[in-house]
Amino acid sequence: MWLFLVRRLVNYLVLIVVATTCAYLLAASALSPRVNYENQSPRPSEAAVDARLDELNLNDKTPLAERWMVWAGDVVTGDFGKTVTGSSVNDQMEIRVLVSLRLIVAGTVLGATAGVAIGAYAAVKQYGLFDQLSTGAAFTVLAVPAVVVAITLQVIAIWLNGAAGQTLLVFNGEATPSLDAGFFGTVWDRLKHMFLPTVALALGQFAVFSRYQRNMMLDVLGSDFVRTARAKGLTRRAALLKHALRTALIPTVTYFTFTFGVMMAGTTFTEKVYNWKGMGSWLIDSIATNDVHAVAAVSCFMAVCVMAAAFLSDLLYAWLDPRVRVG
Amino acid sequence: MSMSAERTAAPDAPGEGPAPARTPGRWSSVLRQMLQTRRVVFGVVTIVLMVVIAWVGPLLSPWEFGERDYAAFLQPPSPDHWWGTDNTGRDVFVSTMVGLQKSVIIGLLVAVLSTMVAAVVGAFAGYFLGVTDRVLMWITDLLLVLPSFLILAILYPVLRDQGWVVFVALLAAFLWMVTAKMVRGMTISLKEREYVLAARYMGVPAWKIIFRHIIPNMSSLLIVDATINVSSAIIVETSLSYFGFGVQPPDVSLGSLISDGAGQAVTHPWTFVFSTGLLVLLVLAVNLIGDGLRDALDPQSKRRA
Repeated sequence: MWLFLVRRLVNYLVLIVVATTCAYLLAASALSPRVNYENQSPRPSEAAVDARLDELNLNDKTPLAERWMVWAGDVVTGDFGKTVTGSSVNDQMEIRVLVSLRLIVAGTVLGATAGVAIGAYAAVKQYGLFDQLSTGAAFTVLAVPAVVVAITLQVIAIWLNGAAGQTLLVFNGEATPSLDAGFFGTVWDRLKHMFLPTVALALGQFAVFSRYQRNMMLDVLGSDFVRTARAKGLTRRAALLKHALRTALIPTVTYFTFTFGVMMAGTTFTEKVYNWKGMGSWLIDSIATNDVHAVAAVSCFMAVCVMAAAFLSDLLYAWLDPRVRVG
Repeated sequence: MSMSAERTAAPDAPGEGPAPARTPGRWSSVLRQMLQTRRVVFGVVTIVLMVVIAWVGPLLSPWEFGERDYAAFLQPPSPDHWWGTDNTGRDVFVSTMVGLQKSVIIGLLVAVLSTMVAAVVGAFAGYFLGVTDRVLMWITDLLLVLPSFLILAILYPVLRDQGWVVFVALLAAFLWMVTAKMVRGMTISLKEREYVLAARYMGVPAWKIIFRHIIPNMSSLLIVDATINVSSAIIVETSLSYFGFGVQPPDVSLGSLISDGAGQAVTHPWTFVFSTGLLVLLVLAVNLIGDGLRDALDPQSKRRA
């Protein structure tokens, strides 16, 4: 099993490197930081712009391969270069990665767990009221793009706040600026800010996973080994949890990797709509400001996240399916 | 997934005389089963209705697309403007219908294109295995890792002036990966079937076997996936257009309309509610059809239904 995991890990590392390189090359050839200087007044001389771009390793007069070599050399030592304004990409990343991870982890854990639990329960109670309600809810959410989910929740929050006459739900930023409320006050404030974006993300995850888990569970419920488990005297609950759910989780765990990529895009939209200063919103902002190094850094982060999810699902897979461990 | 296994003799209706029992073909039995499912009927009716009003609606309205009513900015729905007007005096009904047209066209084209790419890539990888498989699957994995949103957003400024057809091609280029993986898996098992072996021993070239025997025998998977891809294409298009990376003015799509309306959704709900509602209804209808198709085409899932 360890060999299996190590092989996968090496494969993922290679993919991360290639993905980041691709993103850098794409960004460096498609985005042009020079344009930023053309709109400045007084407009700087071409020599001055060249000098500045050279300093940032962003000059489009230098061959792409040469720029890439310099950038790659820095990245190997852990330095992602400078943004178009000359500040360090790493400094920005340190703040933004935490912001994004908070959202991603909370949204995924909440959404996937709720989805699996609800989907499995719905399968057990097939065609019951709970099944019909959860299926209806999942289908409706599946039909709504992540952006629209985020906006709709925001609109509902504005309406609720208006109806209640006070701010019940917060939908802007990740914390109240310059708040002085002690440790617990700050935590409470952050949680309040986190609530809506997390729900927006988790809803999408819930819909996907509950549908998938319901189908997988239905496939397993009628199988012989569940009947055998009941026949040898296990309670219905134990048979369902230990034999049916565990087996039905295996395909879901593999599926997790695929949905995670979609989730990352969803995070981008959610951050942007809720005005969070995370990696996703940085991506959209840095494309607008032709910030090549920031774009490459964000793609690296996203690739690492997707690969971490893939590795996590490999681990879960090995834990759930004994055949992997033995083989 | 052989054809003959699913042909079932129609039960003879009593008192019908000795007429030879007709064996319904696969597709007619699929059709019958789908029409018996309520959600599929609902989906089909909804989509037909939406397509009809998307193309006929603008003809019925007194307003032209792009025409501005300088006497009415941000007016609520009225007999004059059925769904109200937006901040530049455009009729919301007409622009929503034109946006709906664009979203439907983009969704269909992208789904067909990406499913075709997926079928070819997956079938070639699964049939040849070895180096072909490694290379193709590696590209697939890479595209799954690179956030497609990022690439589309970066490439977009370069291709902005090429119109929405290029946008369709770009969207299709990032939607085929998951289907391709499934096609590959199915091809690996299909290539051991007798009819494929027979064709191979008769000397039929590999590409002909793939297009004539392997891909047609996966038609049910491909049809279901194409349906699902319609809804994902519409969703991706909406998201990109929302951030200004998609359909550009003067063209409109449901995504760009939603982004125009989102800021004033509370004060002027009609600029937001209609486009969002239609979008949700459209994707929901497509998903319901896809779900019903899967049940009708996949013999395994019949058990569940």
